[in-house]
Amino acid sequence: MRLSKRVGPLGVHAVLMCYTVIALFPIYLVIMNSFKSKKGIFRDPLALPTGTTFDLVGFEKVIARSSFDVYFTNSISVTVISLIFVLLLGAMAAWALAEYDFPGSDMMALYLAIGIMIPIRLGSVSLLKMIVGMGLVNTLTALILVYTAQGLPLAIFILREFIAQIPNDLKEAARCDGVSEYRIFWSIILPLIRPALATVAVFTMIPIWNDLWFPLILAPSQETATVTLGIQQFIGQYVTDWNAVLASLTLAIVPILILYVIFSRQLIRGLTSGAVK
Amino acid sequence: MALKNQRGSFLRTHVFVFLLPAALIYTLFMIIPLIDTVRYSFYDETTEGLTAFVGWDNYILILTDERWWTDFSNALKNNFIFFVIHMFVQNPIGLLLAALLSLPRLKMANSYRTLIFMPTMLSVVIIGFIWKLILSPLWGVGDTLVGFVGMTDGLPALLGEESTALITLSFISVWQFVGIPMMLIYAALLNVPDDLVDAAIVDGANQWTAFWRIKLPLILPTIAMVSVLTFVANFNAFDLIYAVKGALAGPNFETDIMGTMFYRTFFGYQLQPGSATLGATVASLMFLVILCGVMLYLFVIQRRLQRYQL
Repeated sequence: MRLSKRVGPLGVHAVLMCYTVIALFPIYLVIMNSFKSKKGIFRDPLALPTGTTFDLVGFEKVIARSSFDVYFTNSISVTVISLIFVLLLGAMAAWALAEYDFPGSDMMALYLAIGIMIPIRLGSVSLLKMIVGMGLVNTLTALILVYTAQGLPLAIFILREFIAQIPNDLKEAARCDGVSEYRIFWSIILPLIRPALATVAVFTMIPIWNDLWFPLILAPSQETATVTLGIQQFIGQYVTDWNAVLASLTLAIVPILILYVIFSRQLIRGLTSGAVK
Repeated sequence: MALKNQRGSFLRTHVFVFLLPAALIYTLFMIIPLIDTVRYSFYDETTEGLTAFVGWDNYILILTDERWWTDFSNALKNNFIFFVIHMFVQNPIGLLLAALLSLPRLKMANSYRTLIFMPTMLSVVIIGFIWKLILSPLWGVGDTLVGFVGMTDGLPALLGEESTALITLSFISVWQFVGIPMMLIYAALLNVPDDLVDAAIVDGANQWTAFWRIKLPLILPTIAMVSVLTFVANFNAFDLIYAVKGALAGPNFETDIMGTMFYRTFFGYQLQPGSATLGATVASLMFLVILCGVMLYLFVIQRRLQRYQL
């Protein structure tokens, strides 16, 4: 019995450690090799860059031949603007559904929840026609509109549950003082649901940043390419240039990893907050 | 309930102001395109770009024409294999990791959780290329690595062989997304009241039996939800295959899934011109497959599981 108590935690750590290595090693390998010369990459892929193998030629090529700065600006604009729309419009709709009793409010909630399970991609044929008709092909606006529609269902679902738990006293007190419904929403409800907004932000942001499908079909031009699409096209073009490929991957990975490390605590709290039950 | 105390507030302007923007964008860019795509699958494009109603012709073509049916059944079969590997490899690994992470008094649990979740954050395209490089026979790092575990023959061209390409891609995807079942199940395990487990431990159970007999039955609804999420995500997958194998999903269509077939049908490839109406038909068939999975979950699995909930 005593033995099993000692082996237990060690075994658990061994399994978790093993899996952590499996999860991180491929990423580490790519980042490390991107700082090496071609010889270094092929002769000893597992070695850290040394004085003789250290080389930034890959990064120089990527910066010279592609517009990574444009891709980053595009990805950041699309993600941030879509996120603001999803959070603001989602919170407004969630508040209306949770607070006001109007005929068909339950039907409305159900209608808005369909999109949680049905992927928006399946509507691509008609969506592309519509975007063409609106003259929005190769614009970031097209992406923002689609991503907002994609993010709203889950946002409304999570926020509605959360708003329904807010005690009545606060709202009633404000109403007695003659505060308008808009002010109640903006000054009382929004600050109270901040933790839920963080959760929704995480769920909304990751699929938008990483998406390949909609940039590929709605905005494939060089000027509107996002990081995901840009890197896909760049690597397709320079597939034999290992320095450039490794460097471009590193450029796409590192900013996300830095953001992840900074925000991982909030992010994981959001994921495990029990919002999805 | 807090929500039912605003009697007679309907038709007030503020309700519309709050609800309308979201409902409008959602309807316009999600619901209408979905319905319109299904409608479109019953039409045909004539040379002038006009459309004519053709009834079930597009469906009959895809499901009975020899070449189309070969393509479609192949994509459906591959997609099913892709899903089964996720369901029975990714989700059990996720469950195991979540179970270990939720053990009481485990040190460094937060660090493990953060690090294991890392690949999930990255774009599928980046993950695809990372593994393409590692598995490339040109680089040889794969050979070195398998050498450590005693395979001296080196690594076969896993992504190039017809027999292994699809399974390899499935495992790459499993490797990336194992963090999602892990997190969702972990969150559910944290919600299991400590008293229950403590009571069992006092009665002589160990952590192992406590997990199987108490925690697992209580988190079955979460496992069902993870399964349906896996199903929807897998039958909607595209990015990984496209990034690693291109729209042709080689070798010889062995890695073709519904998403890549939809893309090829819609935009065309090689000598076959793209067709919006046939693309819409493939999308509608995908819609049907996903709907079947979701319905099965909502009306059969979830209802049965409800009984076990606390």
